[in-house]
Amino acid sequence: MDAMVRELSYAQAIQEAMAIAMDMDERVFLMGEDIGVYGGAFQVTGDLVERYGTDRVLDTPISELGGAGVAVGAAVTGMRPIFEFQFSDFATLAMEQIVNQAAKMRFMLGGEVSVPVVMRFPAGSGTGAAAQHSQSLEAWLGHVPGLKVIQPATPYDAKGMLLAAVADPDPVMIFEHKLLYKAKGPVPEGYYTVPIGKADIRREGRDLTIVATSIMVQKALDAAATLEAEGIDVEVVDLRTIRPMDKQTVIDSVKKTSRLMCVYEAVKTLGIGAEVSAMIAESEAFDYLDAPIVRLGGAETPIPYNPELEKATVPQVPDIITAARDLVKGVR
Amino acid sequence: MAGASKAVADSRANLPFVYRQYSAEQLKQVLYKMYLIRRFEEGAEESYTRGLIHGTMHLSIGQEASAMGICMPLGEDDQITSTHRGHGHCIAKGAEVKRMFAEFFGKTTGYCKGRGGSMHIADVAKGNLGANGIVGGGIPIAVGAALSSKMMKTGKVVVSFFGDGANNEGAFHEALNMAAVWKLPVIFVCENNGYGMSTSTARSTAVKNIADRAAAYSMPGVIVNGNIFSEVAEASYKAVERARAGEGPTLIESKTYRHRGHSKSDRNRYRTKEEIEDWMSNRDPITLFENELREFGFIDDKGIEAIREAVAREIADGIEFAKTSPSPDVSETGNYVYTEQA
Ligand SMILES: Cc1ncc(C[n+]2csc(CCOP(=O)(O)OP(=O)(O)O)c2C)c(N)n1
Ligand SMILES: [Mg+2]
Repeated sequence: MDAMVRELSYAQAIQEAMAIAMDMDERVFLMGEDIGVYGGAFQVTGDLVERYGTDRVLDTPISELGGAGVAVGAAVTGMRPIFEFQFSDFATLAMEQIVNQAAKMRFMLGGEVSVPVVMRFPAGSGTGAAAQHSQSLEAWLGHVPGLKVIQPATPYDAKGMLLAAVADPDPVMIFEHKLLYKAKGPVPEGYYTVPIGKADIRREGRDLTIVATSIMVQKALDAAATLEAEGIDVEVVDLRTIRPMDKQTVIDSVKKTSRLMCVYEAVKTLGIGAEVSAMIAESEAFDYLDAPIVRLGGAETPIPYNPELEKATVPQVPDIITAARDLVKGVR
Repeated sequence: MAGASKAVADSRANLPFVYRQYSAEQLKQVLYKMYLIRRFEEGAEESYTRGLIHGTMHLSIGQEASAMGICMPLGEDDQITSTHRGHGHCIAKGAEVKRMFAEFFGKTTGYCKGRGGSMHIADVAKGNLGANGIVGGGIPIAVGAALSSKMMKTGKVVVSFFGDGANNEGAFHEALNMAAVWKLPVIFVCENNGYGMSTSTARSTAVKNIADRAAAYSMPGVIVNGNIFSEVAEASYKAVERARAGEGPTLIESKTYRHRGHSKSDRNRYRTKEEIEDWMSNRDPITLFENELREFGFIDDKGIEAIREAVAREIADGIEFAKTSPSPDVSETGNYVYTEQA
């Protein structure tokens, strides 16, 4: 079993998953801007066009609304498109097709169709690409019934969740943090899936639950390692899916640790942290809380270009350490 | 901007448009600015390589005549919207390179106070409403600015620069239609450099020329060789006259080429070395303009050398200014999100 596990980057893991999906099912194809000979803006499709040809690795014009809509139309009528947005920010141009069409078509037609489309969104800040190329918009789509929204944080999950997304009969939106693409981790060869809608406890602990998403999972784990030396035992829950959310895993963790902190890169207000906090406040775990819930999210500002400002707008490991320390010691 | 006197004008009667229309001083200034654009981008590229600038950038090296030609007939009050490949537009519309460098270095003295960087470079005081990170994003904004001009009777003309790739965004089509219906003083300038990132116009666009799209919106569609300054300036001049006369928009397609890759991460796998080489050695817009100026007796080698030296000084000073300017304080991260009110 172990012999089949290699170290792959997050981008390689996604590429492998797409190749496996195309090998297994000839209805699967890729669409997106510059995903062919260019290999994708982040080299995720890489040389797939050489292996699968330009019909199955289809470069689109720069037409996000139309392209996303074409993918939806193809999905409704028997194909299994995987649509790559060059940056998640450009989802804003395609909101109509994602929110009004893909998400609602099955419902509006009384279950007569389903929309098995997968959309991939390179997201997040940290690359110096400024305000229109650095956003974290997953909560926007997480607000829409009919969509499933996932944020794999490791190469293993990136591959397994993409394969689960392709097998899913409903539209699945995958947010991939750009800074994760080069991150390496163990990935088994061949086909496997990681279920959508299941959180993962990445580190067990007694004193505090940190619910984190995407790149913040690794930051939370790094913070936890430092805090361990101070005698603070952190449990890190990787949410993985934001819709449908795995409430039970979070509830059980909070019942165990009695403290909750949410860490995510998107703007703090009206975000995933608000949802997780409210969900806990409404649940039986509320009675177990020993301290107020803490949210660490992005600043209430677009992402600035200047690198120091850019870093300061999203939670960093020292911010998590300080907040966790204060939370456990009861500093308010 | 009538520069040439009557006697001079007669002697130039058979020369291309700009040599009849503008004074020698003005034309030398154009050459200066073309060099300024080129050297600015080379300086930015070098600073990037040395780690002084982060993020990415899109260089317009090879497209200088297009930016300069379009902006030539514009006045300081006229406005432009620009693109991710917007350094040339910014300089052509009158920006100072030192404040552009400062922006790229993320400094408070930059045009966007370090918040925008290359992709959002702007100079609002000089009428540049900004580069744009969104392909096609500036096109409707230009139409809106032209609507303001019409409603407020300011007489301003607005130019919207965009690339060939942008012509396949819905924003392009919606904006052109409104501009035509409302006869707005706006000029749509498609800088067709053959590719949207890796995708050639042949693979992305149903019409042969972007200018062919103009017919669908009942406006003139003009094709110019974007590497010949005079051709571009002449087309722009006519479109500006038409706009100022209240006759509505024009679509100009300026056919050109970018020498560099799309951005800092391009491996140029979608075009051949020979193609790039051909454009660089045989159709470089600065060389073409310089040769004409020399041939028509507007400048000699010494004059050209003087321009190059002056540009080099301005670039060196600009980089120094950027390096020594202060960075914004992290406590000011929340500034400019909303309008500060007293
Ligand atoms: C809406 C949107 N889609 C995609 C991109 C990514 N992107 C940036 S520039 C570019 C190519 C643009 O091509 P073109 O309009 O021809 O301008 P050029 O780069 O050639 O100057 C692409 C795909 C973007 N910035 N915005
Ligand atoms: Mg182009």
